[in-house]
Amino acid sequence: MSENVTLEVLRYRPESDSEPQFQRYSVPFHDDWVVLDALNYIKDHLDSTLSFRWSCHMAICGSCGMMINGEPRLACHAFLRDYRDAVIRIEPLDHFPIERDLVTVMDGFMDKLASVKPYLITNGKTPPQAVENLQTPLQLMAFKQYTLCINCMLCYAACPQCGLDESFVGPAALALAHRYNLDSRDHGQAQRADVVASNEGIWECTFAGACSEVCPKQVDPAAAIQQTKISASLDWFKARLMPGAQ
Amino acid sequence: MARSNKPILWLPFAAGGLVAALIIPVLILITGVLLPLGVLPLPYDKVAAFAQNPLGKLILLGTVALPAWHAAHRLRMTAHDLGLGSGLLVKAACYGSAFVLIGLAAAALMMI
Amino acid sequence: MSRRPYIRKVQRTWWLGHRRYVVYMLRELTSLFVGLYCAVLTVGLIRLAQGAAAWSAFLDALSSPASVALQLVCLAFAVFHSVTWFALTPKAMVLTLRGAPVPAKAIVGAHYGVWAAVSLIVLIAAGA
Repeated sequence: MSENVTLEVLRYRPESDSEPQFQRYSVPFHDDWVVLDALNYIKDHLDSTLSFRWSCHMAICGSCGMMINGEPRLACHAFLRDYRDAVIRIEPLDHFPIERDLVTVMDGFMDKLASVKPYLITNGKTPPQAVENLQTPLQLMAFKQYTLCINCMLCYAACPQCGLDESFVGPAALALAHRYNLDSRDHGQAQRADVVASNEGIWECTFAGACSEVCPKQVDPAAAIQQTKISASLDWFKARLMPGAQ
Repeated sequence: MARSNKPILWLPFAAGGLVAALIIPVLILITGVLLPLGVLPLPYDKVAAFAQNPLGKLILLGTVALPAWHAAHRLRMTAHDLGLGSGLLVKAACYGSAFVLIGLAAAALMMI
Repeated sequence: MSRRPYIRKVQRTWWLGHRRYVVYMLRELTSLFVGLYCAVLTVGLIRLAQGAAAWSAFLDALSSPASVALQLVCLAFAVFHSVTWFALTPKAMVLTLRGAPVPAKAIVGAHYGVWAAVSLIVLIAAGA
């Protein structure tokens, strides 16, 4: 059975386009194809100028995030068979500048990740152990889900505050900070607070929850942020009621 | 970037959200359905007696003040979401209204 | 190679574009009706302070058809606030009981239990 499906892709070539324009492609339908397969078909057979990021094709590298019919999805995670009824609209992830076609500018996102000091911070007093850090399964359970982020940026595309304020640190970075703050081996919560507990950090969030809805790895950044609001608020009052206490 | 002072706005907002969730619906049920239907007449003597009791005053103040603050903070954030910005005018309108309501409620309770 | 990143503007009506954001905006707007009802309660306290005649007039005003209609709208939004607030609480509260995490359903259920208890107490106090 030969059947085709139409993709409407937002194109943008900075060297020749003044603004983005949609372009349509007719792609063969296969029951087991994902949108990424369709894009690769376009690039291989129809239009080699189409640019997009991808790598693992199995929802673990986080490269192929894009807007599919207005929803942030991983292109390797969205099956053509779920979109057959009409034209499939493909656009680069919302809330990021467009570099070219479906490729967004990621620099701001990378900076935000780095700004939360995403590494174990020692307390500066205890010398390094002769053996490795020990951690019980319970201690691991406390932060494990926040380690699962694949930096796909779907949460930034879904978050309304990311759309309204470019300086918002954002769901993934704040979930990453939470991952370290909850890690029993870490002593860096106070050092992270200048970014995490700033106006551009957790306090920009209004708990819309869209980030957690679109996350392909169930990291639940919304939960991370709300838990951080509580701990940051308690720290704020502690600092004022008990100055000197840490 | 520096640590924000938002907690002073946020903790009462969170408390107000819980208080509003637990108590506002039943109050509206009373004043908006049961009173008009004549089921709960809310006689002056009984209500005034409750409001004269110090604990009663505290409960009444909390029932008005915390949800009012919750509403003020949330509306300030919503104004920003709707493109009205987060400037001084929005903050003054939102928190100012809350202060007015809380002030009036406190004054009324002190006179009862 | 010249870079000329294109920045897409976010429309003021961004929230109308997807059911998820419409529901979010309605959830946030519950606070408008909670605030309105707080104003009604404040007026009530003022009337209570002004004496029995003022209080009686206030009760009459509360019972007018327009007032009932407005209060029913407030009630719908207040209930929506309660339901959404309870549903979100487990995300902010991580409780562990003897090593195991307390399931979200238990936290939500406890809130509904308290809601029912508080409502019952207020109804009984108002009717006594």
